[in-house]
Amino acid sequence: MALWDLENSDCIVIMGSNMAENHPIAFRFVVEAKRRGATIIHVDPRFTRTSALADLHAPLRSGSDIAFLGGIIHHILENDLWFKEWAMAYSNIAHIIEDSYRGSEDQDGIFSGFDSDAGTYDEKSWQYEDKTVPSSIAEHRASSREGEQGDYRSMSKGPPHLDETLQHPFCVYQIMRRHFARYTPEMVESVTGCPKDTFLKVADALARNSGRERTGAFCYAVGWTHHSVGVQIIRACSIIQGLLGNIGRPGGGIMALRGHVSIQGSTDIPTLYNMLPTYLPQPNAFHDHMSLSAYLKVETPPTGWWNNFPKYMVSLLKAWYGADATPGNDFGYDHLPKLTGDVSQEPMTLCMVDGIVKGQFILGQNPMVGAVNTDMVERGLGRLDWLVVRDMAMIETADFWKNGRLIEKGELTPADIDTEVFFLPCAMPGEKDGTVTNTSRLVQWHDHVCEAPGDCRSDLWFIYHLGRRLKGLYETSTETRDAAIKALTWDYPLKGERREPDAETVLKEINGYTVADRTQVAKYQDLKDDGSTACGGWMYCGIYPEAGKNMARSRRPDTPGGKGAAHLDWAFAWPSNRRTLYNRASADPAGKPWSERKKLIWWDDGAGKWDGDDVPDFVETKRPDMRPDWATQPTGMDALGGDKPFIMEADGYCQLFVPTGLKDGPLPMHYEPLESPVRNPMHGQQHNPTAKIWARPGNELHPPEDPLHPYVFTTYRLTELHCGGISTRIMPHTAELQPEAFVEVSPELAGELGIQHLGWTVLSTSRASIEVRAMVTQRVRPFTIAGRTVHQVGMPWVFGRLGYNPGAVANALLAITGDANTSIHSTKAVTCGLRAGRLTEAERHPGPPQAAE
Amino acid sequence: MRKLSQGPGAHFRKFLQDWSIPRQIAGASLRDKAAESQTSRDLRPRLEEADRVGTSICPFCAVGCSQLIYAKDGVPIHIEGDPRSPVNQGTLCPKGGGTLGLLLSPKRVTDVLYRAPRSDKWEKKPLEWAMDRIAERVKRTRDETFVEKLPDGRTVNHTLGLGSLGGATMDNEENYLIKKLFGGGLGMLNIENQARI
Repeated sequence: MALWDLENSDCIVIMGSNMAENHPIAFRFVVEAKRRGATIIHVDPRFTRTSALADLHAPLRSGSDIAFLGGIIHHILENDLWFKEWAMAYSNIAHIIEDSYRGSEDQDGIFSGFDSDAGTYDEKSWQYEDKTVPSSIAEHRASSREGEQGDYRSMSKGPPHLDETLQHPFCVYQIMRRHFARYTPEMVESVTGCPKDTFLKVADALARNSGRERTGAFCYAVGWTHHSVGVQIIRACSIIQGLLGNIGRPGGGIMALRGHVSIQGSTDIPTLYNMLPTYLPQPNAFHDHMSLSAYLKVETPPTGWWNNFPKYMVSLLKAWYGADATPGNDFGYDHLPKLTGDVSQEPMTLCMVDGIVKGQFILGQNPMVGAVNTDMVERGLGRLDWLVVRDMAMIETADFWKNGRLIEKGELTPADIDTEVFFLPCAMPGEKDGTVTNTSRLVQWHDHVCEAPGDCRSDLWFIYHLGRRLKGLYETSTETRDAAIKALTWDYPLKGERREPDAETVLKEINGYTVADRTQVAKYQDLKDDGSTACGGWMYCGIYPEAGKNMARSRRPDTPGGKGAAHLDWAFAWPSNRRTLYNRASADPAGKPWSERKKLIWWDDGAGKWDGDDVPDFVETKRPDMRPDWATQPTGMDALGGDKPFIMEADGYCQLFVPTGLKDGPLPMHYEPLESPVRNPMHGQQHNPTAKIWARPGNELHPPEDPLHPYVFTTYRLTELHCGGISTRIMPHTAELQPEAFVEVSPELAGELGIQHLGWTVLSTSRASIEVRAMVTQRVRPFTIAGRTVHQVGMPWVFGRLGYNPGAVANALLAITGDANTSIHSTKAVTCGLRAGRLTEAERHPGPPQAAE
Repeated sequence: MRKLSQGPGAHFRKFLQDWSIPRQIAGASLRDKAAESQTSRDLRPRLEEADRVGTSICPFCAVGCSQLIYAKDGVPIHIEGDPRSPVNQGTLCPKGGGTLGLLLSPKRVTDVLYRAPRSDKWEKKPLEWAMDRIAERVKRTRDETFVEKLPDGRTVNHTLGLGSLGGATMDNEENYLIKKLFGGGLGMLNIENQARI
């Protein structure tokens, strides 16, 4: 959904986010919704400014989100509060699952298919009856299924088996009722600490504000993702929204409030290890990916939109390898590096420590503040052969060899560190041009207004001129291994004395072009799998549809009360300039809006096409009553009827139950965080059995109920300071507004420990100890969990050693761990020790370690 | 500086002329000349001296607020919210409102700095020297760590010896060329950014 669409919501639940403080401008739309009569709810461990502006604040212990959301699902199902016409037509609630499926409720917290030696699941028993369902997440399609692939062609052989009476014991409805049966309001209170009455008010407000006439939205941030079960927390929210019909409709949806200016863009055009641009999977040596044809065969679902996958892949190879990419050499497919495992940021850090990574670029990121287990990060940096850092000012990551924590502790001296370090200053906004993508997929161009000072250069300049040099160094090589860099197309026009590459030319390559005459491709429907088109990112196709037309520069907002106020002429939203994904679901199966109040797109029978206030997310001329001809074993979009809005799914249905693509179960399950002060009150399995844990010296986890680390510790941001980088710490007025780090402690805990407001405290974990002043405040409250008091403390993670306002690094306390699906670390719910006072001399300067790690 | 020859009388007459109350008593409109004084006549539009303006996007969070950057003689002099934007309608938060302080921060580094192995100090270096040396180091590390095939014969064409971290603060075009060069050209797999964490 677009940010401004929040204004159209009748109920907004903000959870895992402190939106008023961390996304204040987006919060304007929440305030506007409230003014129009919406109910605003904040579910959060702390009482913040978001809570203050909400109608209701529901407190909960960090890390208990699935228990809370599962409780809402239970409440909706058991009280029959779901939007039946929507969910019956558009979700897989009536789908019948294989009868070999066993829910985690029957098996003490483990789903069927678990291999306890490997710590992984086999998804066979989670499939639709007689089908093997391909994942809609391209990068998970094969990688979640080690070994046998299964027969996706089953999707073409007929529609999924449904029981529209919902009585079949293995239909999704009955499976969900059994799965969530124990998520009663009493259990919610016991696990989360949220009073039962408050919880019920949240569940009722959501249900009351959903249906034909009304819609509700969720907003979340990293308070949901930074857990060992982050993906499943968001899944739980998707189930609620799928039951209530709050997807694809005005004011309905799930708004991810992301943290960096183009973090969405860097996910779409990913500087990420496991994807190629716009969600194509990076080939993997342990899958059937040894040739282009094998890769396309296993990665292309027979049905649904992703059936177009080969067109996008071949067009990408043409964009990268140009004339060298021919049908005879698999379009240069062998040039692409193949994965052999998880090399995301957390294992990358450990690979530095272990000497596997020898040379490292760090481009606008500051892991010495932003990454977890700071000492481990620093150890890794010190073992590199060389390090290149590009940033606007000195950052902790660049001068670790001089002023790092290990230097301060006396463990190392600069003379011990062999790393050769390059610091290159970078250009800033206004000093370069290009596009960034905001949190609701809006791609906006920004102008080059003035030259960057001194040796500051754009990252485009850096990467282009580095590539030019490397192509020169490899020019005369005849080695096969160097064929990729030699073949790589790298011909961008240069501008001015500084020879800045032309960003628009790069954007045109991302958009795509016809190889023969180099004219821009207007839309991704025009891409081909025969090498006649080149396209660097199919989802961005249409951003530069013709010469001289850069849609990201478009700057014509709709006038107030204008046509749907979708602002279709303000910048470009991928895909196809569409503002609301799956908006076919805003109309009923017959193509009529569910209500006048919530109309968005509709079938225009006279014109024979879909029309509306947004770009329809559907085949434009497909009639609502079109049905697949199963006798022909249809593929692609021919296998999806005119009443199936979820076109990226292989059968067009919203997945309440996920047969394929998740590594930790088809339904969300409450597990305790990897470090927790309590035993799991719901079942015997303490934590997510598929979570990634790298247990090694210096990265140990605390056991459950650890008396040395009895408090729940969480981290967060501040309005004035932006993430782990140096930017707002070198801006005079933001630094002045937040001059010093602090830990928020409840008056109850402060009283117990003798901590004074503004007095010093020491926070400690098995990874590190830090000292920081206390903010004693009722914003933080103790919880009663399973009958006993659990204290929680919280600390901003945005401080570092440098800048105008130095302060302790909260992330030093945390361990390197990963969510099973994403490898995202856990920062929102760990355990710690806390005492009044300062670090002892022995803690501050322990000197060289007895036995070096 | 005031001329002494004007004397105290002239000073008083000037004060009376500039004082708005008598003009208001005489019936002049409050919305017009009656509210005018030398101070208000001396006020200048803060952007009067700008010789250039361009649109920008706030560099902090992912909301995507539009900004207008005003510059004079190639130096930014003012940054404010773009009132046309349906995202922020001219507003900015404390971070976005302070963007000029980021561009002009005295702590900004504008030189290339180099730290040799085991050294205890930074040295300034020419940009071109650093670029040449980085390219050589990349090539050497890549050549030392590149794997064409696994022991079982499977082609992988990758290096795990090189890593890159960062991207969420950068433009799409920059991320595209990073992934293209590092992944598609050099065979690097360890490419990550803040989206993961």
